[in-house]
Amino acid sequence: MNVERILINALEAGIGLETVVFALAAIGLNVHFGYTGLLNFGQSAFMAMAAYGIGTTVATFDLPLWLGVIFGLLAAVLLALLLGIPTLRLRADYLAIVTIAAAEIVRLTVRSVTFEETFGGSDGRQGFSNDFYSINPYPEGFYGVGRFGFSERPIWVLTVGWTLVALSCLFVFLLMRSPWGRVLKAIREDEDAVRSLGKNVYSYKMQSLVIGGVLGCLGGFILALGRSSIQPDIFGTETTFFAYTVLILGGAARVASPVVGAMIFWVVLSLTDNVLNEAIDAGYVSTSIINNTQVGQFRFMLVGLSLMLLMIFRPQGIFGDRREIALDAR
Amino acid sequence: MPADQTPVDQRTGSTAESGTRRGQRDAAAAALADVPTEPGAAKPDPILVADGVVRQFGGLTAVDVGHVEIQRGAITALIGPNGAGKTTFFNLLTGFDQPDHGTWSFDGKPLSGVAAHRVARLGMVRTFQLTKALSRLTVIENMRLGATGQRGENVFRALFGSIWRSQENEITERADDLLARFQLDAKREDFAGSLSGGQRKLLEMARALMVGPEMVMLDEPMAGVNPALTQSLLGHVKDLREDGMTVLFVEHDMDMVRDISDWVIVMAQGKVIAEGPPDAVMGDQRVIDAYLGSHHDAALTEEEEEAIIVEAEEALARERAEKEESS
Ligand SMILES: Nc1ncnc2c1ncn2[C@@H]1O[C@H](COP(=O)(O)OP(=O)(O)O)[C@@H](O)[C@H]1O
Ligand SMILES: [Mg+2]
Repeated sequence: MNVERILINALEAGIGLETVVFALAAIGLNVHFGYTGLLNFGQSAFMAMAAYGIGTTVATFDLPLWLGVIFGLLAAVLLALLLGIPTLRLRADYLAIVTIAAAEIVRLTVRSVTFEETFGGSDGRQGFSNDFYSINPYPEGFYGVGRFGFSERPIWVLTVGWTLVALSCLFVFLLMRSPWGRVLKAIREDEDAVRSLGKNVYSYKMQSLVIGGVLGCLGGFILALGRSSIQPDIFGTETTFFAYTVLILGGAARVASPVVGAMIFWVVLSLTDNVLNEAIDAGYVSTSIINNTQVGQFRFMLVGLSLMLLMIFRPQGIFGDRREIALDAR
Repeated sequence: MPADQTPVDQRTGSTAESGTRRGQRDAAAAALADVPTEPGAAKPDPILVADGVVRQFGGLTAVDVGHVEIQRGAITALIGPNGAGKTTFFNLLTGFDQPDHGTWSFDGKPLSGVAAHRVARLGMVRTFQLTKALSRLTVIENMRLGATGQRGENVFRALFGSIWRSQENEITERADDLLARFQLDAKREDFAGSLSGGQRKLLEMARALMVGPEMVMLDEPMAGVNPALTQSLLGHVKDLREDGMTVLFVEHDMDMVRDISDWVIVMAQGKVIAEGPPDAVMGDQRVIDAYLGSHHDAALTEEEEEAIIVEAEEALARERAEKEESS
């Protein structure tokens, strides 16, 4: 068993591309669900708006990347309005139903044969990230300590990605300590009470939906640029559910919890994957019990199990406040 | 003048207090002295006027109010047996429910079709029969939320503390004064969800005052409040009148109604069946028939208490059902 490699892989996963992407997606969900109580089950669609925003603008229409970023952001805002206008006056579950359906509609549309020329069907889009890597300030080389580290392309993506994570956290922090954030939290507790105090609840819910959607779409940009290619099936419902897992791991309604949640999520996945594979290769575990191809599935079971244990022993998440959970039981 | 702008100490000076309290009460009584005691009677200075307000649920007519006026600066009690339509009438007046027919105006401004939050901003603020404390907000945050015109409630300005910090401090000062008045200052930093039922009622009322309303509508403010607190709650309601506010409240305890109200309106089966000064109304045969009966002046028996609990649970279930229906 190569312990060093296992640890290095885990460390790299902890600050890697997926961690950044899901931290951003979960920061957006935190605004929706953690602070406002909105059940958005279509976060993957907001990420798709970003990814296909740059993918189609550059790869299909041959326009500059920055324009694609603007289109992606606008598409995310538009999607939020489209989802919010019919549902936000209704009971909470309607938003959940509509968003999960909308996310599937988005995925099926971009993978459809009809729009293959534009969105690239199930192959998606590639070759749209040149503008991004052409401004890479890191010279060719390896950045890290010993065998831990990244080459110049991933380190550039991670630099931009973590900057966005930091800025997003600061943004959420500033908003949530303000009177504006107080209105959101109050809406989460009881809409009618907030209405009776003269606040336009509908408008605040819409603002929350837009802001959380745009934050999630930042994750979509980083994902697309980091992989330099996008496929429609990345934006399935499990992406949204991973983001929720990340949020609940960290503890909803805390600024930093999506970030810590994402780190834990991807470190645990990496560790279980590597440890099990190494153990099977080394013959510690018989292939009659589990083989290498089953490990990929099995590690998600372990994540599910640890999530269940967390809910039992620490229902407020890593950062949550136990007193708040106790109030719900009253 | 909103309550919160009146210095607290002015009210605690005992001689001055009883003087003004008597003064406002007498003024209200004098203003209402010549008003005939009949349903729909015109008032000398009405702040709220409702006409032909009808609300039906399926085949049931929950509210069918022909004409009613509420006198400015007075405490008006709205009484009636359970299911009379009092809460539904409150919901209609404050924009939380839409009537099938009818018009009503507040301070001369027509309110039909006006959204609930706009009604509140116009100065008509209500509380709920089933208390709505914002559980996972602290008591002081509940209070701050009530203030209107907050600069920091705009998403762009929210980002810059320097824009709203000074206003927030003023709001906090006002909130602390009110908390002290309502004896909730010791609970300032507790989650509202950890308060007792009575304390939540107090908080909800104090929070409503943060809006700076001209008229407060209290739906059963005393229900579930322990007897030790009811006296101080009564005092608070009387204080509202002293501060120039108009109060409309729903209450079941007749002694309390007699003690604090200047005028009583009686509803039964959706209609206003009688109105007048407390003593006159309570002697009215129609009212006794419709409502008071054996309840009058008698403490609740165990069965009656049980019946009320069952009723409350039904009301809860209905509210849920209503939410479902409206969504
Ligand atoms: N959402 C609703 N759906 C159906 N019936 C309702 C609804 N709300 C109230 N009602 C009915 O309207 C009548 C008046 O209820 P309510 O206004 O709560 O009375 P009160 O507050 O005077 O006790 C009752 O018969 C009640 O059952
Ligand atoms: Mg009622």
